[in-house]
Amino acid sequence: MSDETVASAPGADEVVLSARDVVKTYGGTRALKGVNFDIHRGRVTTLFGENGAGKSTLMKILSGVEQPTSGRILLDGAEVQFGSTVDARERGISIIHQELSLAPNLSVRDNIFMGRELRTPTGVDYKEEGRQSAEILKELGEDIDPAALVSDLRLGQQQVVEIARALSIDARILIMDEPTSALSATEVEVLFRVIADLKRKGVSIVYISHHLEEALQITDFAVVLRDGSITANALAKDIDLEWIVRRMVGDNFDLGEPPAGYEFGPVALAIDDVSVADVENPDRSVVDHLSLDVRAGEIVCLYGLMGAGRTELLEAVAGRVPVTGGRVVLQGRDVSRMSIAQRLAAGLGLVPEDRQRDGLVQTMTVGQNLSLSSVGRFVKGLFLSRDAERSLVEAGIRDVRVKTSGGAAPIGSLSGGNQQKVVIGKIVSTGPKVILLDEPSRGIDVGAKAEVFRLLADRAREGLAVVYSTSEVGECLSIAHRIVVLRRGRISAEFGPQAAKEEIMAASGEAVVV
Amino acid sequence: MTTVPAAPKGQAPATSRFDLGKILLEGRAFLALIVIFVVFTILAPQSYPTVGNILVMASHVSVYAILSIGMLLVILNGGIDLSVGSTLGLSGMVAGFLMQGVKLGGVTLYPAVWVVVVIALAVGALVGLVNGILVARLKVAPFVATLGTLYAVRGLAELMTNGLTFSSLDGDPALGNTGFDWLGFNRILNVPIGVLVMIVVAVLVSLVLNRTVFGRWVYASGGNERAAELSGVPVRRVKVRVYVASGVCAAIAGVILASELTSASPTAGTSYELTAIAAVVIGGAALTGGRGNIRGTLLGAFVIGFLSDGLVIVGVSAYWQTVFTGTVIVLAVLLNAVQYRGRRRAAQNGAGSPPSATAPSTATAGADRTVLEKAAG
Repeated sequence: MSDETVASAPGADEVVLSARDVVKTYGGTRALKGVNFDIHRGRVTTLFGENGAGKSTLMKILSGVEQPTSGRILLDGAEVQFGSTVDARERGISIIHQELSLAPNLSVRDNIFMGRELRTPTGVDYKEEGRQSAEILKELGEDIDPAALVSDLRLGQQQVVEIARALSIDARILIMDEPTSALSATEVEVLFRVIADLKRKGVSIVYISHHLEEALQITDFAVVLRDGSITANALAKDIDLEWIVRRMVGDNFDLGEPPAGYEFGPVALAIDDVSVADVENPDRSVVDHLSLDVRAGEIVCLYGLMGAGRTELLEAVAGRVPVTGGRVVLQGRDVSRMSIAQRLAAGLGLVPEDRQRDGLVQTMTVGQNLSLSSVGRFVKGLFLSRDAERSLVEAGIRDVRVKTSGGAAPIGSLSGGNQQKVVIGKIVSTGPKVILLDEPSRGIDVGAKAEVFRLLADRAREGLAVVYSTSEVGECLSIAHRIVVLRRGRISAEFGPQAAKEEIMAASGEAVVV
Repeated sequence: MTTVPAAPKGQAPATSRFDLGKILLEGRAFLALIVIFVVFTILAPQSYPTVGNILVMASHVSVYAILSIGMLLVILNGGIDLSVGSTLGLSGMVAGFLMQGVKLGGVTLYPAVWVVVVIALAVGALVGLVNGILVARLKVAPFVATLGTLYAVRGLAELMTNGLTFSSLDGDPALGNTGFDWLGFNRILNVPIGVLVMIVVAVLVSLVLNRTVFGRWVYASGGNERAAELSGVPVRRVKVRVYVASGVCAAIAGVILASELTSASPTAGTSYELTAIAAVVIGGAALTGGRGNIRGTLLGAFVIGFLSDGLVIVGVSAYWQTVFTGTVIVLAVLLNAVQYRGRRRAAQNGAGSPPSATAPSTATAGADRTVLEKAAG
């Protein structure tokens, strides 16, 4: 196997945990095809790869969530078998999953100590648990009350709790699967500081992220996984971003550039002096007298930190949350009093941030998800026209390039990127005038990201007004004609596509990392 | 060891695998029905497997089945309707009351039978509307809202006569209101009217679920209400309508039952809501919403009906009947759990097999599995 040649990383330190010839098959599919992978003591090893490359599968095997079909796992040179996550945890291996695995109905403290509560003869030692939780959270630089309910926290804060939980067991090996996908730049910085601390303490870290630049910044070793095989393995200091991307996707890519060569149409969406109240604290406004015009064919990127009001603004425009002041005008028509359904019918649709929670109906097929928003148009007499629906689904799958065996496949069989394309396809197939996308690239790989952006650029050229939000500066400087920076519910700056990353980040109130 | 060529499961296209899952789902309830039938045929070969008995059992089943169909709509939508037993009782009582004549001033009006039926159904719709508004508009948890109407509606039914039964609903030829018993006693081609009504309701609702926008909306908002709402589904309107439909189904069942007995008792239908839920569950629907269908629910109703009538015929005590019915329900739920796990696995296997897919997406399918498990739990 060619894997052998790249298996042992250059400059090998002491190897703590390693996988040898690990194969994992699901039914007839080989998710991992004989992988050799080493984790070094006190070092960060980053696993790069597209969605579906097998990263998560490999991590699940190393953390005891799943068992390999064949191959061996060596811990400190001795072969081990992890029957369960508890098994792995007892040996000091902890994992932070890509999808949050917290109980939203419990407090932060209870989540951190879930499954290993501190017992006393009279019950649980909540006081001590609370103290330790506060300590860990403080270390993470997050001001979260250990007694707060997880459901009351923002996604970014929930992610921090997830990290705190993994840290709380004194892990020797910490696996982080997309830990930053919901974090703001400041939060990411804090996380990186924590990672550096852990390294000094001799903790080995495996890191998975779609934010390549970010990952490259902290990693010591870079391992690239593609289609279930390891295609490259190098010291991080010897390589650059392009090197990784080339090995991940096999060729050059970029996230595109603003579509040009056409004139913008009239104003399609006018956000006029809109305010939105904070759910937890109604006296405060998360969006504060904000005005923004978007013209037909224009692509606007909303950049801002967590809590800057991006999500709230988009949800208010789409009709999901009420505005406390101001108007939303779609093509000259005030839609502020309309329901979500009416706004969608008028040509204004939102692709939500959390795909699993708000975007997809997991019990339905790919096709039923794709046609859900436009299904009302296929009524023939009393019934749905199956032919019309089928042709819409087929066109949708083709247009947004969903990789699937067909419209009848269960939605759960798709990878994250393809699921996202289905959510976008669903809104696009209603023929909107304005499309809002909240973090459309969250948790999807670069290839899919580029495809999503290309898709949006194509639609913009046909006259669609596009507004997308992101917390990655690199994504602002791709297809957007205009970059709007939000800070504490207001627009703090606007830039053209030629802006420098540093000025965008500075406008958002982010400390610039040099 | 003999080798039987195994069906190439992994290679089957996604569509046929999906259908196979469906067949297994309904096959399970069907298998239970066959087992019940065979067992009682052996125990009571003279009386159980006769055409006459089967039709009698079917007409018993029809009342439960119609209730269950309404219940299915609510459960698919992610709710529950505990008030159907009481609604059944109240609509029967309203029918009974109207058959006795309505005194207006000095005149007593005797409405025609069809008017009686329409008013009884309207009462069912009204109860459903109250449930729907409570749940969809006022955001009361379905369990609590319909538990409240369960009590209130039963109380109203009892208030109408202070707990007495309307005993003669035959009508009077002189008054032109005969024929109420037609629903319960008559047969067309030897099939009881109740069974025919059940078939009509089942076909109608099945068409609604599978072929109309409303049906798609019921499944979508039951599967993920937030996503459905963002997709432009009028989730609150859909919710109100499923409760109204459930109320109407309960009223239909109430009228049939009153007609069969030619009397209306305020306690009719007590605890029937539980039977209806059981039938829906045995039929493979998920109580979390989004999964289930009419065929399964009908089979579920038949399993319960044929089992309890069979136990009566072989002379098993009423107490044991309850134990048996309970056991069947628990077994059904156990099998549901096994089956959904299987389907998830199938979805996972399917992930890598699409011919065009260059990236096998097993990892994501695994992540979804956790999500589903959370949803199911």
